[in-house]
Amino acid sequence: MPLFADPCARLIAGADGNMTASDLLNRLFMAVLTLLGVAVIVFCLLRIVPGDPIAMMISPSATPADIAALRAHYGLDLGLPQQFGIWFMDVLKGNFGTSISQRRDVMELIGERLPATLELVLVATILSLALGIPLGVLCALKPEGIAARLVQAVSLIGISTPTFVTGIVLILTFAVTLGLLPSFGRGETVQIGPWSTGLLTASGLKALILYQLTLIMRLVRSELIDVLSSDYIRFARARGLSARHIHFTLALRNALMPVITVTGLQIGSLIAFAIVTETVFQWPGMGLLFIQAVSFSDVPVMAAYLLFVGLLFVLINTAVDLLYALVDPRLRGRS
Amino acid sequence: MRGASPLTENRGFLAGMFSSRSFVLGFGLTAIFVAAALVSFFWTPYDATALSVVDKLKGPSLAHWFGTDHFGRDIFSMIMVGARTSIAVAVVAVGIGIVAGVPLGLAAASRQGSLMDEVIMRANDLVFAFPALLIAILITAVFGPGAVNAIIAIGIFNIPVFARLARGAALTLWTREYIFAARVAGKGAVRISAEHILPNITNLLIVQGTIQFSLGILADAALSYVGLGAQPPIPSWGRMLADAQTMIALAPHMALFPGAAIVLTVLGLNLMGDGLRDIFDPKLRRSRS
Amino acid sequence: MTLLQIDHLNLSILGLPILSDVRFDVNRGEVVGVIGESGSGKSMTALSIMQLLPYGTKVTGSIRLDGEDLLGKTEREMCSVRGADVGMVFQEPMTALNPVRSIGDQVAETVMVHKGANRAEALAIARETLNRVGLPEDRFPLSRYPHELSGGQRQRVVIAMAIALRPKLLIADEPTTALDVTTQAQILALLKKLVDEDGMGLVLITHDLAVVADIADRIVIMKSGEVVEAGAAVALFRSMQHPYSKALIAATSHQPVRKPPQVALDSVPVLEVSSVVREYSLARKSLFAKPGAFRAVNGVSFTIHKGENVGLVGESGCGKSTLTRAILALEPTQSGEIRVGGEPVTSKAGASLAARRKMQVVFQDPYGSFNPRHKVRRLISEPFHLMGRDAPDGAALDRRVAEALENVGLQARDADKYIHEFSGGQRQRVAIARALITHPSLIILDEAVSALDVSIRAQILDLLADLSDRLDLSYLFISHDLSVVRAITDRVMVMKAGQIVEAGETEAVFSNPQHDYTRQLIAATPDLEAALRRREIAATR
Repeated sequence: MPLFADPCARLIAGADGNMTASDLLNRLFMAVLTLLGVAVIVFCLLRIVPGDPIAMMISPSATPADIAALRAHYGLDLGLPQQFGIWFMDVLKGNFGTSISQRRDVMELIGERLPATLELVLVATILSLALGIPLGVLCALKPEGIAARLVQAVSLIGISTPTFVTGIVLILTFAVTLGLLPSFGRGETVQIGPWSTGLLTASGLKALILYQLTLIMRLVRSELIDVLSSDYIRFARARGLSARHIHFTLALRNALMPVITVTGLQIGSLIAFAIVTETVFQWPGMGLLFIQAVSFSDVPVMAAYLLFVGLLFVLINTAVDLLYALVDPRLRGRS
Repeated sequence: MRGASPLTENRGFLAGMFSSRSFVLGFGLTAIFVAAALVSFFWTPYDATALSVVDKLKGPSLAHWFGTDHFGRDIFSMIMVGARTSIAVAVVAVGIGIVAGVPLGLAAASRQGSLMDEVIMRANDLVFAFPALLIAILITAVFGPGAVNAIIAIGIFNIPVFARLARGAALTLWTREYIFAARVAGKGAVRISAEHILPNITNLLIVQGTIQFSLGILADAALSYVGLGAQPPIPSWGRMLADAQTMIALAPHMALFPGAAIVLTVLGLNLMGDGLRDIFDPKLRRSRS
Repeated sequence: MTLLQIDHLNLSILGLPILSDVRFDVNRGEVVGVIGESGSGKSMTALSIMQLLPYGTKVTGSIRLDGEDLLGKTEREMCSVRGADVGMVFQEPMTALNPVRSIGDQVAETVMVHKGANRAEALAIARETLNRVGLPEDRFPLSRYPHELSGGQRQRVVIAMAIALRPKLLIADEPTTALDVTTQAQILALLKKLVDEDGMGLVLITHDLAVVADIADRIVIMKSGEVVEAGAAVALFRSMQHPYSKALIAATSHQPVRKPPQVALDSVPVLEVSSVVREYSLARKSLFAKPGAFRAVNGVSFTIHKGENVGLVGESGCGKSTLTRAILALEPTQSGEIRVGGEPVTSKAGASLAARRKMQVVFQDPYGSFNPRHKVRRLISEPFHLMGRDAPDGAALDRRVAEALENVGLQARDADKYIHEFSGGQRQRVAIARALITHPSLIILDEAVSALDVSIRAQILDLLADLSDRLDLSYLFISHDLSVVRAITDRVMVMKAGQIVEAGETEAVFSNPQHDYTRQLIAATPDLEAALRRREIAATR
């Protein structure tokens, strides 16, 4: 099993290998528990953020009474568990408070920026799957060919290059030298139906894709090689099934299962890495919002961002596990 | 060898080490940067922190092999000292991961299904619930930027990676007959984990360690890029890139060298990791070409 | 015309010669048994017929199927031959089947690909084929998945997939080696039935002479890539020419020479098992139901006295492995008592040291029984851990290690080697040395010779018999192979579903079994002599 597919060895079946209703409930329960844990940790971490946000907001002539009032207004004078309780209740209602630095409702801010990030991440994922899977298959089936060797060499460089390096190289090449693509922002937005996007013209996307693409390509390749050396493929050949049938109908289907898991996990990772990518290109998404919030010790925004990402990750992990159960009849329980 | 699974239980690699092209190439590349880092303790062409307005933004020349930055600092020296930072951060972080994570994983495997196993697995899941970079950014943001906190941040994420790896590999080994033989000889779980299991998973740990090392360098570069890694005046590759970005039109060389340094170091480590995997599991080698 | 003609077949992989000048024929409706030990090249011959050879293989010679040379065909042409004209069945049914597709789909797949039939037609043929192999519709609908079937049933599915298109020739490479004795008999009977019904040719590859004695029309014996002897089955068995074939037959029916046992009934028994129960709790079916329990060992009692060797036979799932682990203190018991040399055994860590010092174990897999990183000296002396401070060290340790190695027919200097330098049979000797080193009074042999070649097996049995005569040693010999148990034990117990259904003196139980299950087992066990006699009698009628 390839090393970086380790995270996908998460089966949720019970002791005898079959998934039952109780296992399902167990899994959902664990998801909820994880979310709670995440909330607690987020809360604790943020209460330790050095840099008193109040100090940043007051004017030099403020009296202690003013400071105390401001503190109370933000609820910073209560005991910790109570603060957590209040905060959590608010969160559940969708109220994340007001951004300390931008003086706007946090939910609104997030709502504004979320589409940009999601856009970036989802399109990057789809494109890298669309390109990565065929390339991986090519490299697995014809490992001696020139195309395969070339792709493999490029892929090695691809996973060694962080997105911001790629980004800067792209900026350098296209924007500065050739004067082609916009180096910053979303570029000119293009209307595709109701969806206005700058993706077709932006470099940020390309930076993200390279890393993602090569990751998927290498995973598909090694999984496919593993599957192709298994016993039941040998038996399939012994029954006269053609190479093409074996590769595409049988082997690929089994090799793609871990790819699904890893892609799912990568989406969460991409969202986090978007922090860096958005900084490189000044892409107006959640990542940039978070970094700016960090520099201002803007606790509400930071908390909201972390919770969102945590929620997204837990949802994706749970969805992937359930997907596995759907696809693999061994996990579906006795009929 | 029948009965042995790839990467676990294979015998030492010193004999076949240089038989893999990937490994040799990767080792060479990585060695260059490690050497640069070590040498930087004794000598750099210029003081990497010395500002010199007169010399600013000069391109590569005989006097300054990689040119100078917007403060007149010699880029070559900055790269050497930056190597020190990146490598130190990555090494210690991976060290934390192995020293803390492997025993946890082995302990969990030795009592599979027990409360301890469940707790360790759930804790792992909790950490995995967050993307690695996010945890790193969070910790450095909360506790303050700097190399030490970067080490802690990246190290924390390495612990569940190694714990999970060690646990998975150990679980397959616990069903081996020689482990039964050791149990029949009266040996307890801790002793068996140390004497029998650990030596047979070292190859796996070495390969994963190399990969985590490369990820550590990437993470450290990303952290310093957003300003959360080693702080000025200590040079770091990521921040050099960030600074270079603002000057990109005027002085492209400022971005070229730190970017290349990052890519080449990580590439070297990835090649080493691939090469090690080839050495430990020759079956894959034929299909890897 | 001969169905299959192999002539002057030479094969080498990356320069290493594997097969030299292999030749034999198969006719329609004929069963040809290809016999050989590991490394004989029998599987490679089969793969050559199917052209499924690994990368880097060079083949010369001719393989003709109904007159057409298969070696000259392109891959595309071979694809239409495989499955339709020649079918193949392998040893491991579980890994040959795709776990995520139903058995109906998998059988139908072959039909659809070869005949271009649509799904409905293919499924109809699949249904018919599954019925033919003994998987009737009411219990085995097309929607079943492989993990829901037993080993024997899976092998039937594999056979169905291979014969769905009624090929002219079927190659079966060790089809029953991974199966229980009773299942093996059923599968062999099924293969014979298919041969009779379809007039198919069958190449049956195995290492077990007794298996082919019953159903083969002709046999081919291979060694080191060559055919050493071939001919009509019964005649050949009676008059083997080649020294290797003679040695093979001798090894198959080999009985080690043993001194008559002197059982000491009045001294403390070596092993005493009383009403032992071992239960596992199963996963909960739903959140509120109590978890069920499964009794792997259900009230087993027996005693082994000094001076006697006792056998325990049973098929997979009968609980003998669980019982073994309970005796070795590796698993807890829910009720009952186990005493070794009078000392009680509990599975608590570090407890019952006195009992544990008196017993040791030899496992089945010579390749998995040893830590590949340790030298033989360290491997063999591991049981000394039980003796704590009393364990010998230094020169005394070296002497004990040398003594153990010499007892098993190896040499004292082998202690400095690594285990991978030894062959399978030699590794089992090292395993026995490890079991001997603490001078235990009981050695449990868990399928200790099942993974060995027939000729090596005979040597190891000789060694075991010699050791038990010379040293003060009793065996608990666990096996699914009755002929081996017969060779080395004084008393035998038959286990089924967690209970002992019959026990008694070995010869008595074998010649006059009382319980139905024992009779079934004995009837299913391939017996070379008996099979030959049956066929000779049938031939004279």
